[in-house]
Amino acid sequence: MRFRLPATLLATVVAFAATGRVAARPGPAVASQQPPQSEIILSISGDAGARPRYAVPDFIVRSGDAETVAAARLMGAVLWDDLAFEQEFYMVPRDTYKTIPAARSIPEVAFDRWRELGVDGLVVGSVEKTGATTFRVEVRLFDVRSKRSVVAKEYNGQTANPRLYAHTAADDIHLQQRALRGVARTKLTFSSDRDGERVPNTVQARDVKEVYIADYDGANQRRVTVTHKLNITPVWSPDARSLAYTSFRQTTPDILVSNIYSGMPPENLTGGLGQNWLPSWSPDGTRICFVSTRDGNSELYVMNRDGSNLTRLTNHPAIDVSPTWSPSGTQIAFTSDRSGSPQIYIIDADGRNLFKMTSESWCDRPTWSPAPFNEIAYASRTGPGYDIKIYDLATQERRQLTFGEGSNESPAYAANGRHVAFMSTRTGKKHIFVLGRDGRGLKQITTVGNNYTPDWSR
Amino acid sequence: MRIRGGSFGLLLIATVALLLGMACAKKAPPVARPVLPPGGAATTTPPPPPPPPTAPIRETPVSTAPALTDDPMTSRSVDDLNRDSPLKAIYYEYDSAELTAEARAGLDTNAGLLKRYTTWMITVEGHCDERGTAEYNLALGERRAVAAQSYLVSLGIPADRLRTVSYGKEFPFDPGKDEAAYTKNRRAHFVITAK
Repeated sequence: MRFRLPATLLATVVAFAATGRVAARPGPAVASQQPPQSEIILSISGDAGARPRYAVPDFIVRSGDAETVAAARLMGAVLWDDLAFEQEFYMVPRDTYKTIPAARSIPEVAFDRWRELGVDGLVVGSVEKTGATTFRVEVRLFDVRSKRSVVAKEYNGQTANPRLYAHTAADDIHLQQRALRGVARTKLTFSSDRDGERVPNTVQARDVKEVYIADYDGANQRRVTVTHKLNITPVWSPDARSLAYTSFRQTTPDILVSNIYSGMPPENLTGGLGQNWLPSWSPDGTRICFVSTRDGNSELYVMNRDGSNLTRLTNHPAIDVSPTWSPSGTQIAFTSDRSGSPQIYIIDADGRNLFKMTSESWCDRPTWSPAPFNEIAYASRTGPGYDIKIYDLATQERRQLTFGEGSNESPAYAANGRHVAFMSTRTGKKHIFVLGRDGRGLKQITTVGNNYTPDWSR
Repeated sequence: MRIRGGSFGLLLIATVALLLGMACAKKAPPVARPVLPPGGAATTTPPPPPPPPTAPIRETPVSTAPALTDDPMTSRSVDDLNRDSPLKAIYYEYDSAELTAEARAGLDTNAGLLKRYTTWMITVEGHCDERGTAEYNLALGERRAVAAQSYLVSLGIPADRLRTVSYGKEFPFDPGKDEAAYTKNRRAHFVITAK
């Protein structure tokens, strides 16, 4: 079977589109016009004690066709959202820009007017159609006080996904201005019953769940698996080119890996030996930890990326599930009910040095943060439902991220550790939400069907 | 069409009625069919009418063998059998795989059927209610299925006829959000996969 992801998924695809294949996370081709290395990189600061105030008006239209006009507006809006996401800048609302005449070129930019609006950093982008399906996009960040350009980038690529230009520019600005690795080009994966399909040949009506992917902001949601069975708990490989997941497409659940940009059928790594669930990729991408019942009850195992070299990690008659790797790959946190109720434990990757992390009502789905944070997010029963909590491994203190608005489960960290994606029932059905690690900036990612167990690409 | 709480009740009644019907059918003595005389005389000579039934007197069947050939269990397809399965679902307490007395009674009944129909292959499905986390419930459902499987094996059913699978909380029987629904969802289902 062949996964056909529409070519609109990514912008710089040229040769692969006709075959149904797409290149992964390419980013538009970058021809940077960075300042010479000898020049000091300028960082825009705001008023004392305040975040710098940024504005992102619509991009300048350099070719008058409707596609460019629409892209110019979309890129400005998406870039504004991307820069707001990490909360490094105060983003001046776009509806306050109306009084300032739109520039048609860089010399026309009315810096004094922007300064009157209290703007410290002004992003001026431009879009030009350079061929039937290609754009050239320039993005500059100006220090409004000095009117100097402090970031200058040029991107060339396809017209198919204008959002990717904005995402790439946002990551470049975060990196250059705040030394922050942005996540605007990362992706989410989750399982969903949104297509309302039923498992065939069952007596009782059973909804299928299939694996989906989406941009980090919920745009471009796409279905990956088409099996009319259960396909659940998907996780990204560290290179974001593959998804491992629990699939019931055979008679027993197996760990499958879909190399989603290859056009090849998924690989079955466990081959029907016992029941196999809940894969977790090692940070270097070479191994997968998962749960199997092949030796009688649920235990943790580690195998190579190709299914070889299986080793057993736990040996206990209790339930052991939900493995997650530490960023260094030396430890694994997991859920076990060996104390009588499901709690979070940490064990060395060689199976030694068991540490009990929680003693609460019911805890599950630990997710280890990426560096520099050293913490584990998990779901903890706090009433009829669950809330997301975060355990700081250095201080052994825990704090709560959600507070009883529906049930909040299955947390997953963004690549830079600054946000957590999770499933919540706060709006009624089960949906994926994203929330800052400080509890601010809640954003709903899915709106259709029920959606479960998110994971966030590196 | 999703099976909701109301139709679950109807289904139960229908299942019980059918089981009763089958039970009655099994008890009834086989009826001797009129045998055609040789020579194709059937077209002209009607067979003698059967003697009027003498209502209260029940004959003992000579052999039980003909009863089996009329057994609907053996003539029905696997899909048809599963539609209103003679194998009883059993139910569990919250976050538990312990077999209650009621669950063991249900398994005793199921074991009787599996001993009678020795070619049936069964998948024991473990299911959970929605209050646990999705991840842990995969293992809890497996623990429930294995508990039911082990009990059936202890009653003499060969383990290789009893495959287990856990569906965690992915396939609730009743989508309701109250204890009545949760009780129905914490279950083991017995699906006939071959006969």
